[in-house]
Amino acid sequence: MSKKEFTWNRKHLIGLRDLSREEIEYILDTARAFEQISTRSVKKAPTLRGKVVVNLFFEDSTRTRNSFTLAANRLSADVIEFTQKSSSVSKGETLLDTARNLEAMGIDIVVIRHGAGGAPKFLSRNINACVVNAGDGFCEHPTQGLLDTYTIRKIKSSLEGLKIAIVGDIAHSRVARSDIYAMTKLGAQVILVGPPTLMPAKVSQLPVQVSYSLDAVIGEVDVINMLRIQSERMGSNPFPSIKEYSHYFGLTVERMKKAKPDILVMHPGPINRGVEMESEVADGPNSVILQQVTNGLAVRMAVLFLVNQAAMAK
Amino acid sequence: MEVLLSSDKISDCVTSLADEIVSKTVKDDKIVVIGIRSRGEILAKRLADILSHKFKTKIPCGTLDITLYRDDINNPQGDSQPLVRSTEIGFNIDDKIIILVDDVLYTGRSTRAAMDALIDLGRPKAIRLAVLVERAGREFPIQADFAGVKVEVPADKSVQVNFVESDGKDRVIVI
Repeated sequence: MSKKEFTWNRKHLIGLRDLSREEIEYILDTARAFEQISTRSVKKAPTLRGKVVVNLFFEDSTRTRNSFTLAANRLSADVIEFTQKSSSVSKGETLLDTARNLEAMGIDIVVIRHGAGGAPKFLSRNINACVVNAGDGFCEHPTQGLLDTYTIRKIKSSLEGLKIAIVGDIAHSRVARSDIYAMTKLGAQVILVGPPTLMPAKVSQLPVQVSYSLDAVIGEVDVINMLRIQSERMGSNPFPSIKEYSHYFGLTVERMKKAKPDILVMHPGPINRGVEMESEVADGPNSVILQQVTNGLAVRMAVLFLVNQAAMAK
Repeated sequence: MEVLLSSDKISDCVTSLADEIVSKTVKDDKIVVIGIRSRGEILAKRLADILSHKFKTKIPCGTLDITLYRDDINNPQGDSQPLVRSTEIGFNIDDKIIILVDDVLYTGRSTRAAMDALIDLGRPKAIRLAVLVERAGREFPIQADFAGVKVEVPADKSVQVNFVESDGKDRVIVI
């Protein structure tokens, strides 16, 4: 009954690519304990009392930023919201300057979202505070990967042997990357589905299968994660029209008839209703989209707790 | 290594703890038992079983994880941090008499953390502390209401409680 000896010793969470299966499972197991805090009358624990968390968001975000803020608040940390749109100033310089200013304020944990891949890693090398990646460029969004995995594991009890389809705009999706690393490390088989124009350039280097037809895989998967079409990131036109895209890759009521009855329907949000999926599916019995949001809070509490623990131990 | 309590002695202690709790209980007291993870959890279950038998009604039993409430959380001693686990209390603690159970009472710091954790769950009528071993060396103004044995052990030694459920055998040792 006693858990095997394991010590979490990372003071930064940059990506899931670097983590072992054991580390990922450790975060998910820790998150389980945090989930119940949100169900009590006093939705707060004193764990990070006196610590300061900075939300350093260079890109728009509602869900992730609010989730991190609430997670920090529930652990009694103070939170500074720092929002700054990308400027024309050279990225490296801006970030380093910002980092130095933050250091001077005596902060403990930086939660960073940045349009440039690698920005969190850069920051982690240049400041003493803990760094948590809340999405960097097309690289990773580790807490989303963790909460998706947590949600599946909670319902299906294990990812071992599950078939999981990730559908849509894989090329521009850091969520897809973090999902792939976490889910395959935990034993799932991941199938990327979408038009060739939305597949990442080096897809063959990822531990996944690729399909260009949703109809071909819908009947065999246990989980389907529908990514958002990120029109703001698409310079060229990867498909002729939104209508055509949803005709081939949208999750419709009609397509759901071919799916396993207990398939889990996921979406990292925000949903383009009628594009990635029809409203009836998004709000239907197989949808776990709102559970993802709830679980995200527990996962982020666990991450903030663990990086701080590691920093304190050092 | 010195054996402080044998298996037989442990079950005697648990029985006398239960007897004491019964003798201090008055009519209409709503007793619940909550153990501090991890050895307190096992002791709490044993105690709750005996109490259920004595009171001829099922006494609710829960488990409290105090990791998030520890005062050394930002200053972990040693290098192994325990996995934070769930608190499992499937009943309302409002207006209840909580028998808070731990294996050893020493500095009183775990008890302080446990009380803070319980208060975040509701407003009990009272919290009473029951321990198997009451060891001298309090750092906080806390004392046990019910104790199996009282011991003095040099500060460089530690008292370890083993139970069949977690360690294969019942015994209390000083190492």
